[in-house]
Amino acid sequence: MTLMDNQVLVRVEHLYRYYGETCALNDVSFEVSRGEVLGFLGPNGAGKSTTMQILSGNLAPSAGRVWINGVDILKQPKQAKAALGYLPDQPPLYRELTVNEYLQYCARLHRIPRGEQRIAIERAKQRCGLTEVGKRLIGNLSKGYQQRVGIAQAIVHMPALVILDEPTVGLDPIQMREIRALIRELSGEHGVILSTHILPEIQATCDRVQIINKGQLMLSDTLAGLQARMHSSSMVVGLHNMPPLAELAALPGIGSVELLADGRVRLHHASHHVSHNILEHNPAEALVARAVQQGWRLYELIPERVSLEQIFVDITRTEQHEADDVARDEAA
Amino acid sequence: MIIFSIAARELRSLFLSPLAWTILAVVQFILAYIFLAQVDVFLQVQPRLAALEGAPGMTELVIVPLFGNAAILLLLVVPLVTMRLISEERKAQTISLLFSSPVSMTEIILGKYLGIMGFLLIMLALITLMPLALLLGGALDGGMLLSGLLGLGLLLASFAAVGLFMSTLTAQPVVAAVSTFGVLLLLWLLDWAGNNSAGNDPSDITGIAGGVFGYLSMLRHYETLLKGMFDSSDVIYYLLLIILFLGLSVHRLNADRMQP
Repeated sequence: MTLMDNQVLVRVEHLYRYYGETCALNDVSFEVSRGEVLGFLGPNGAGKSTTMQILSGNLAPSAGRVWINGVDILKQPKQAKAALGYLPDQPPLYRELTVNEYLQYCARLHRIPRGEQRIAIERAKQRCGLTEVGKRLIGNLSKGYQQRVGIAQAIVHMPALVILDEPTVGLDPIQMREIRALIRELSGEHGVILSTHILPEIQATCDRVQIINKGQLMLSDTLAGLQARMHSSSMVVGLHNMPPLAELAALPGIGSVELLADGRVRLHHASHHVSHNILEHNPAEALVARAVQQGWRLYELIPERVSLEQIFVDITRTEQHEADDVARDEAA
Repeated sequence: MIIFSIAARELRSLFLSPLAWTILAVVQFILAYIFLAQVDVFLQVQPRLAALEGAPGMTELVIVPLFGNAAILLLLVVPLVTMRLISEERKAQTISLLFSSPVSMTEIILGKYLGIMGFLLIMLALITLMPLALLLGGALDGGMLLSGLLGLGLLLASFAAVGLFMSTLTAQPVVAAVSTFGVLLLLWLLDWAGNNSAGNDPSDITGIAGGVFGYLSMLRHYETLLKGMFDSSDVIYYLLLIILFLGLSVHRLNADRMQP
């Protein structure tokens, strides 16, 4: 990992945001480096958009500090904003302008020198697949194209940091793939923060994932780390000579045993909360050795992976459910 | 200059909607009707006026009533063009483009203000064409015309500043229009309070209050300019009003990010 060598584009420290009595963000801190795509994952109302709005200078935090490219966004908003491009969940489009006019306005707002505007606009259009529609009115474009214009607006000035709030909402699957490819491409020169509640999107585009729930960061991990968490937490085993279930349950690393309808069994790993070193504690090896030794005639062994969705659901479940889980674990 | 980019976008969007064209057409039509009626009156009384010494001329009889009526008409119309300035951006959520760009709140407000002033100056130019047409048939009192134009221009600039501020308060253009109209009418009618107590004893508290109200009235300052009396205090009154409301707008926009 060369994260430490890379330039830190965003640093967020102890961010709080209250809407009246409601606490939308509760002590959120993180960093994003150049060349990194950070995925922000959370259920609706978790505080994703609030975070994005604060990072982009649209909202002031109740407490905490935000540096964009080393500049404090509250103290020097102009300098900080020069380094960022922002696509809100609702793309900020003037429907009465053509794509070209609109992008030109954005280029001017971002103080691109007059001589370089044309090239910048052409480049943004080309990257977002808008070359064909430059002269059309934004209001007449389809939702997918409008979304692309929104992204073009965010990258026209080649900002160090691009913040995209749910960029693929309302797109068809092909457009989604294109936008995801574009986001991967952007990460070459920019840092990208992406908020979404679409899980495959995170897997397809992000280097790092943060899960936020009720205004609190519940998890912050690299995608590789997440993959490890997603590693097998249970396996389905088929044996011709089925031993008593208690014998299976007694195997090292096995938590509980469940007899399936078709005569196979599902063995759950002992540690309910799957961890990084799951590979070392994988009970499959012991199971196979024992099966050969005892002549159980193993014919099938399918490791079952926890999906990202499962992790997401686990983390974002309410405290009540968590308490229930703990109680159940202790009972087991 | 970023202010001019914002102003140009504002003006362009304004003219891309039918509203701006309709307003220009309706204002021009109504004022042309008033103008022609005044010219008609003037032509009827002209032979008798010619006999009088120091009689009011064409400027006083045609242009002063025209500008006087224009002020009232524009009081009704300006809220309709200023209502969308900020509220529409807020409603369509395009305001976040401005907020996330390296642009200060002051630049946003000044850009918006310049944009709408561009439109109002076009309207003023169209209105001015009518008195200028009189030059074909006679001489005008140039000083009086200029003073009246200055008055109408300052009045429009004040209307726009009030309208811009009202637009920063809400996300509903119609609410902005109604409240702008309310504030403008109030500032206009303050003169009544002043007039009603004008004859009272000066030591009377209502008399003093009436005097203050009268002084705050936009109408009173406009009337002196319209009569061709250029008093720098009238100009300063309008400039202060404009600066006050633009300042309030910047303040309000800043507070937007703090929303509780």
